[in-house]
Amino acid sequence: MILDFVPMWTLILGLAVFFYVLLDGFDLGVGILYNFAPDTQTRNLLMNSIAPIWDGNETWLVLGGLGLLAAFPLAFAIILPAVYFPILVMLLALIFRGVAFEFRFRDAEHLTFWDRAFGCGSVVATFAQGVVLGAFIQGFQVTGRHFTGGSLDCITPFSLFTGIALLFGYGLLGAGWLILKTEGQLQAAARKQARLCFLGTLAAVAIVSLWTPLVDGEIAQRWFAWPNIAFLAPVPLLTALFGVLEWRAIADTRADLKPFVYAVLLFILSYLGIAISLFPMIVPHHYSLWQAASSPDTQIFLGIGTVFLLPVILVYTGWSYWVFRGKVRADTGYH
Amino acid sequence: MTLDPLILSRLQFAWVIAWHILLPALTIGLASYIALLEGIWFVTGKEIYFRISGFWTRIFAVAFGMGVVSGVVMPFQLGTNWSRFSDATANIISPMLAYEGLTAFTLEAGFLGVLLFGRNLVPRWAHFAAAVLVAVGTLFSTFWILVTNSWMQTPGGYKLVDGIFYPTDWMAIIFSASFPYRFMHTVAAFYVTTGFVVIGVAAYLLRRNKSAAEARIMLSVTLWLLTLMVPLQIFLGDLQGLNTLHHQPAKLAAIEAHWTREARAPLALFAIPDQKGEKNDYEIEVPLLGSLILTHDINGVVPGLKDYPREDRAPVIIPFFAFRIMVGVGFLMLGVVLLGLWLRIRKRLYDSGWFLRALMFAAPLGFIAVVAGWTTTEVGRQPWTVYGVMRTAHSVTPSLTGWDVLVSLAGYIAVYAIMFPAGAWMVARIVRGGVSGQVDSPIEGGRPSAPVKPVPGDAS
Ligand code: HDD
Ligand code: HEM
Ligand code: HEM
Repeated sequence: MILDFVPMWTLILGLAVFFYVLLDGFDLGVGILYNFAPDTQTRNLLMNSIAPIWDGNETWLVLGGLGLLAAFPLAFAIILPAVYFPILVMLLALIFRGVAFEFRFRDAEHLTFWDRAFGCGSVVATFAQGVVLGAFIQGFQVTGRHFTGGSLDCITPFSLFTGIALLFGYGLLGAGWLILKTEGQLQAAARKQARLCFLGTLAAVAIVSLWTPLVDGEIAQRWFAWPNIAFLAPVPLLTALFGVLEWRAIADTRADLKPFVYAVLLFILSYLGIAISLFPMIVPHHYSLWQAASSPDTQIFLGIGTVFLLPVILVYTGWSYWVFRGKVRADTGYH
Repeated sequence: MTLDPLILSRLQFAWVIAWHILLPALTIGLASYIALLEGIWFVTGKEIYFRISGFWTRIFAVAFGMGVVSGVVMPFQLGTNWSRFSDATANIISPMLAYEGLTAFTLEAGFLGVLLFGRNLVPRWAHFAAAVLVAVGTLFSTFWILVTNSWMQTPGGYKLVDGIFYPTDWMAIIFSASFPYRFMHTVAAFYVTTGFVVIGVAAYLLRRNKSAAEARIMLSVTLWLLTLMVPLQIFLGDLQGLNTLHHQPAKLAAIEAHWTREARAPLALFAIPDQKGEKNDYEIEVPLLGSLILTHDINGVVPGLKDYPREDRAPVIIPFFAFRIMVGVGFLMLGVVLLGLWLRIRKRLYDSGWFLRALMFAAPLGFIAVVAGWTTTEVGRQPWTVYGVMRTAHSVTPSLTGWDVLVSLAGYIAVYAIMFPAGAWMVARIVRGGVSGQVDSPIEGGRPSAPVKPVPGDAS
């Protein structure tokens, strides 16, 4: 009898993807809000609030991608071709956004071009990720071990909707981050943006929660059949609770940290919600986690290193956030 | 005209990886160079070495940033365009790639920040230590990537069940037949490439009489290193050739455009290979040299392409010329370092204008050789992705249409055509500024170096 490593890998991958969504989520969110910054001074501040950490955040994307390849290669081989164009657009947008960080300050003469690259890159990358998410929830056309649909199948009303929804979601995370990292006028502006994004996010979560069970009988069954409904009821109830708390924290001018924390909690719940809807499928309607898993030897061989390295990475990540804690200030504050 | 998703996917992969490889070629070399400079500074206490390392650290930062963004693209290619390859080989290659990601990540999160932004924040020994660790980290990255590629070239330690690869022996997978040679030759190539960039920049500074003292040190130290490294590189290349002859004879035959198996084979210096006619046109040959170089024996037998069915042959013309470009560059480099040695003996190294000028033109030589070398390796492997086992044609994503890939390829070409010149311009700007005593302005590079100071509470 071989030990079953699939649950462990599900957990690791789930965590990696969640860290990506959370971490790059807030810095993409700051990038989205960057488009609305009134002047260079504000833009410098926004940029500085994420500059020290963004590339670490983005590395979780690579780890997530490679984690999927390593743990569930069949899912990797089916999903990526199915979302060919959203992935392409996301990668190209991330390139623009990434180099803009480096170039903006070095290339003072062309400030506006790299500013645009940064702002638009963030919006486009976020939207593309939302489309990937929507397409993934809906599922793909699969024959045998291959995706057999067309490359534009993933563009549907639902996936376009999740694309827009994610803009609000990341916007909320980004605004929460700015409330935490800034003060005065800028913080007040961030609170306004947070309120707007919050309403957008809430509406989107509500619509997705109704839409998916309506179009997908299995998901409806999962949530509403007895006794599931009793076990799963806490998820929507907690979402509502944190929604109320988030709303009040945004309005409360003394709460610096809370808007971000509740936004994160809302993300965790939405993420759980999606996981509950789909479990145990990794390619919805076709392959379960166990069917798509890589060989046990592979899982063990990589697992050994991961078990040691992942905690190290988490400690480092935590440490770098600790080093850069506190409010950011504009360049004048530096010495 | 029909668009072939296979050909286009190959072009796209070649495009993105050829650009990506240029940056590791520089950053891996620079990481070691910076560690070396700080080591010398640490031992001798001469401030000038620390200043030079600061200068190269700024260039390293730009290159590393570009390396990361162009690298993030890479693993996704395997899924979007090579899904059947991923499905079949993931059991074996995914841990290698994931270990690369984990190493790169640990490094980036841990020491890179100290190296790039900590010059004035941490004690100098800690900065030196960070430089060494970053250098080691980049070598680990290279290790795992080359493990992956070498396994694809000379696969071992696996079994095939229903078209899917399963690992049977991890040691045989990691240390596949071509790995040790590929690793040594590639790392040496990166050092040589960086070395030529360094002396090219030094020559530029000397000619403009800017930071002359620093430039002399850069030129002198690096030229000594190159005097060792370039011959070593050629020697390692020869070893790799012997290894290829042994394990990938069809590739070697393509590299040499050699059609019939024979002993006492000639060496084609130049030819226009004719794939259909199974012969070479306009050939310039040296008798016996082929056997001598390839087998180190005049009577050695050299394989010929006709030993293999037509559908198992690489497109001869590409590896044939790519290989000659690489070797040509190798000997050109040898010429440059020998000239440098001669001038040094005559004490004319720093003031012969023509030589400094030549060094400036020689700066990009390494990049050319690296891309040519990889083209030899990868095109020579065709028509296989896993040599002799899995065909490239069976590796591509089945759902893709030609238009899909044409659009994505155009996207990559357009974006890289903006990004890479902008990066080169950025590096050129740093070079023009010369070696300065001062460190980067606080927010240069988008990352505050001083403002990282925590602000306690909300005091301002
Ligand atoms: C500065 C760069 C550089 C220079 C000067 C040379 N090479 Fe090289 N060569 C590389 C950089 C490189 C490389 C980019 O690193 C490659 C590509 C794949 C690999 O393993 O190393 C390579 C591949 C490569 C291969 C193909 C191996 C295979 O995959 O089958 C051979 C036979 C040689 N080299 C031989 C030589 C010889 C005889 C040289 C003598 C002048 C030489 N190289 C100079
Ligand atoms: C010989 C070939 C290669 C070498 C030596 C190499 C080396 C490196 C190094 C040293 C880095 C760190 C950044 C830099 O300095 O540029 C890097 C980044 C990266 N490379 Fe490559 N690479 C190679 C090919 C590939 C391939 C084929 C892939 C994908 C399958 C890949 C994926 C990546 C990724 C994802 C990153 C970014 C990692 C991060 O987020 O820090 N590389 N590579
Ligand atoms: C870093 C240096 C590398 C360079 C410059 C390079 C270059 C190339 C080129 C030029 C091709 C196209 C060959 C053709 O169309 O005939 C190719 C193909 C390919 N390479 Fe590499 N490669 C490198 C490393 C790697 C590594 C480390 C991997 C494994 C992860 C890899 C995997 C592939 C795959 C999957 C293909 C597509 C199939 C094919 O056309 O052979 N390559 N590469």
